[in-house]
Amino acid sequence: MSIPTAPTGTQPTDPSTGEVLHEVRLHVNDVVHEVRLPARRLLSDALRHDVGLTGTHVGCEHGVCGACTVLLDGDPVRACLVFAVSVAGQELTTVEGLARPDGTLSPVQRAFKECHGLQCGFCTPGFLTTITAGLRDNPEPTEDEAREMIGGNLCRCTGYQNIVASVCRAAEIGRLEREAGA
Amino acid sequence: MTTKMVGQAVQRVEDERLLRGHGQYVDDLVPGALHCALVRSPHAHARIRDIDVDGVLDVEGVVAVYTHDDLTGAMAEPLPLLIPHPALTHGRTQYALAKGEVNYVGEAVAMVVAVDRYVAEDAVDRIRVDYEVLPPVVGIENARDGDRLVHDDVPGNVAAHLEQSRGDAEAAIVAAPHTLSLDLEVERSACMPMEGRGTVARWDTDSHRLQVWTSTQTSTGVRAAVAAKLGLDLGQVDVITPDVGGGFGVKIVHPWPEELLVPMAARALGRPVKFIEDRREHFISSAHERGQVQHVDVGFDDDGRLLGLSVRFWHDNGAYTPYGLIVPIITSTQLLGPYKPDNYKVVFDSLYTNTVIVTPYRGAGRPQGVYAMERTMDAIAAYLGKDRAEVRATNFIQPDEFPYDHGLTFQDGRPLIYDSGDYPASLEKLKALVGWDDFERVRDEARAEGRTVGIGMACYVEGTGVGPYEGGHVHVETSGKVKVSTGLTSQGQGHQTAFAQIVADELGVPFEDVEVVTGDTRRSPYSVGTFASRAAVMSGSAIALAARKTREKALRIAADALETTPEDLEIVDGVVQVKGAPASRIALGTIAVLSNPLRYAFDEASKSATQFVVGDPTKPPVAEGEEPGLEGKDFYSPPRSTFASGMHAVVVETDPETAEITILRYAVVHDCGNLINPLIVEGQIHGGVAQGVGGALYERMAYDDAGQLQNASFMDFLMPYVSEVPRTIEIDHLETPSPLNPLGLKGAGEAGVIPSAAVFASAIEDAEGFPITSMPISPSELHHLRLQHASAAQARPTPTKGPTP
Repeated sequence: MSIPTAPTGTQPTDPSTGEVLHEVRLHVNDVVHEVRLPARRLLSDALRHDVGLTGTHVGCEHGVCGACTVLLDGDPVRACLVFAVSVAGQELTTVEGLARPDGTLSPVQRAFKECHGLQCGFCTPGFLTTITAGLRDNPEPTEDEAREMIGGNLCRCTGYQNIVASVCRAAEIGRLEREAGA
Repeated sequence: MTTKMVGQAVQRVEDERLLRGHGQYVDDLVPGALHCALVRSPHAHARIRDIDVDGVLDVEGVVAVYTHDDLTGAMAEPLPLLIPHPALTHGRTQYALAKGEVNYVGEAVAMVVAVDRYVAEDAVDRIRVDYEVLPPVVGIENARDGDRLVHDDVPGNVAAHLEQSRGDAEAAIVAAPHTLSLDLEVERSACMPMEGRGTVARWDTDSHRLQVWTSTQTSTGVRAAVAAKLGLDLGQVDVITPDVGGGFGVKIVHPWPEELLVPMAARALGRPVKFIEDRREHFISSAHERGQVQHVDVGFDDDGRLLGLSVRFWHDNGAYTPYGLIVPIITSTQLLGPYKPDNYKVVFDSLYTNTVIVTPYRGAGRPQGVYAMERTMDAIAAYLGKDRAEVRATNFIQPDEFPYDHGLTFQDGRPLIYDSGDYPASLEKLKALVGWDDFERVRDEARAEGRTVGIGMACYVEGTGVGPYEGGHVHVETSGKVKVSTGLTSQGQGHQTAFAQIVADELGVPFEDVEVVTGDTRRSPYSVGTFASRAAVMSGSAIALAARKTREKALRIAADALETTPEDLEIVDGVVQVKGAPASRIALGTIAVLSNPLRYAFDEASKSATQFVVGDPTKPPVAEGEEPGLEGKDFYSPPRSTFASGMHAVVVETDPETAEITILRYAVVHDCGNLINPLIVEGQIHGGVAQGVGGALYERMAYDDAGQLQNASFMDFLMPYVSEVPRTIEIDHLETPSPLNPLGLKGAGEAGVIPSAAVFASAIEDAEGFPITSMPISPSELHHLRLQHASAAQARPTPTKGPTP
């Protein structure tokens, strides 16, 4: 068989497949998950099936659609193009980690709800994470910059009209919050 | 007073869970299930000599492997032909796993079940299939030639031949003052939802029941198919449609092979089994649509009035016909749009090719029909030197002509009778919205800057809300909370919100107290499915009727309790009160308690409903003709479809050097009857327009001569990103209520995509000054058309009259 099995028995193996397992500490949404994973397990699969956070969706498995986008040390990455074992110890943020600690929706999430920025919701987690990082880097985007911000994510339902509106609205909510806090 | 909810842009109740990552799509369910991977044919056409699965079970983690030899009973028979039609004389369907022959790249040949998908795919690689490769039939022309056959027993590759006519089109064309002929083509595209297909099943060994969660547009359809194929009683099978990541038509097809194989394996193995389609699989083993070749002959008078219209087209149905003739029948009937040619004849052949099956994709044959009709309208206008809008207006069915009977049979077997509409008003709105009459100034200004712009328009009529029926169930709990169920499924249309709006109004309860469940056979065993823009019309109407029944019952019980008559009562914010004397009141939750006379008390509320407390001791506790519980159930079954309509206009700029096509403006006038939720309707239009842009300018299925799909990935199949869609979609609504249903609704789901190929062809033709006859069109194709027309013009220097707006 083509997949690596343990030659010496020094490393743990999966009892049902014989695959060598690696002990990995995944830091997801400020919680540490100790998991044992084969080296080839994609981050998207590890988050969904090993950690149990199914909010990250897999739309193409070749890094084009952006549905699986998560934040890795704050930066958007395609979880379907990352091996889970390679991000041990780094900070991961998934869609489940976007709401405030008290459970209220983040400005980006609120904006999507207000602007009808989602329909089936499958691509939405990738947009939310991407925009969260985008607005952190550029809190007051122009409409062109808002479009650019989401230019790498596919949505088949919305025609993007209300997603662009959501980016602009999220920026506005952020501005109002900053002003209220200042 | 309760605010009326229908018609309000209410924010969606679905969003809270979806935004938090708490949606439950099929792959989010039943963690720990075994996973399937499929061996799929690498050949477009081949005989299977042998399948060698030896050694696959030795792969650690593999639990089972199946080929056709392992299927028994009904599972070993071909998949159902879902929609038989007398004209479908040579219908063919595939097997759940191929038996002896494969007819498209991607056809399921064998299935491995393993502990996870990784291992299942490892094992798939170890299965050896010995194929005898046969010559494939790819493309409509090859299919039509009939030199090679997809199915040996289907001569000429013709699955079906259908003719319909009204009047004598051929004679009318011969007698007409002017005639034109057009040859047109539309290529394939596909629904391409972000979530592919997926199914998970669990066999309960204790209760001998099967639970299936599947990403489908029809839970009852899948349930019936699974029960029939696995030899189970219907009552042993539950099918639940969880959150679905988009459908657009492809998920109305059922049962997909995996929708049967997964429950079969789950039952055989006594363990939950899951199949999650990957993106390449979706390209090569789910359905496509749109591919047609069309020939139009038309005769018309000096005003451009249609005197005779004869359309011959050839429809590529792919390798099998599980969904019957729905797509070409819709093309052949909806082609007529808002127009009324007195003499119409349409003839089509539905042809087999060695490619993925063709079944409805949003619009379902309408985009092709509208394309044929609207290309014809533009050609007539160009020939006569008339305004394209004027030629269309000349041919419109007028508002006082409804109901309008076309004298044809629609896709549901019912007469093609339009219920209502106002096409002249729509056209005026569109012209105003896009600045149609002012466009020559825009063109001149652009030209002065060295830019080339063009404007196009296209009109459509869409039969929506086809039968046979849908149901609604409304249940008021003793808490006053209202639980609603309807059987059709949801894949992003916001049904939970829109249907709750209807119930809030009809029953008189707060919107927040209404919870809607869709697509669960445990709650709604009788249902059809979500397709043909039918959910609002069908389930919306059924739920409204069920809510009215619930209301009547609540008023009857309340009238008894308040010692008055139902006519003197109203329900406001979940409380029944006497009109004009609101202090005399009783909450709906209390009525729910009273509606269910109890022997046993289990909480404070139920104490008040026990036999020693309520009721006239001389009468039965449940009155004659009544049932316990405050609930209402009803079904809506319309005599025929309702017909939504609309018109689109687009302004494009074509780059003189690169031939890039840029959208400058996009305008939509849309009439779907009364709106339940404008926010949702506009969202549907936005999404449809984006898919239409994709289908007109970018998307195609690039099959090579061997039947290999060359662009089966998101890298190569160009689905629009935000950078490809119009910056703004200008929308104006017209609300012409349907007389056919209680809320005056017409469907809205597909409209946005229907006129796209037509409207872009119209605008590009207007910009370039030569006919556009094949869609989609890429910059490269436009560039080559320019070269062709330039050399033709050099060879024949007399300029032809260009189209005028």
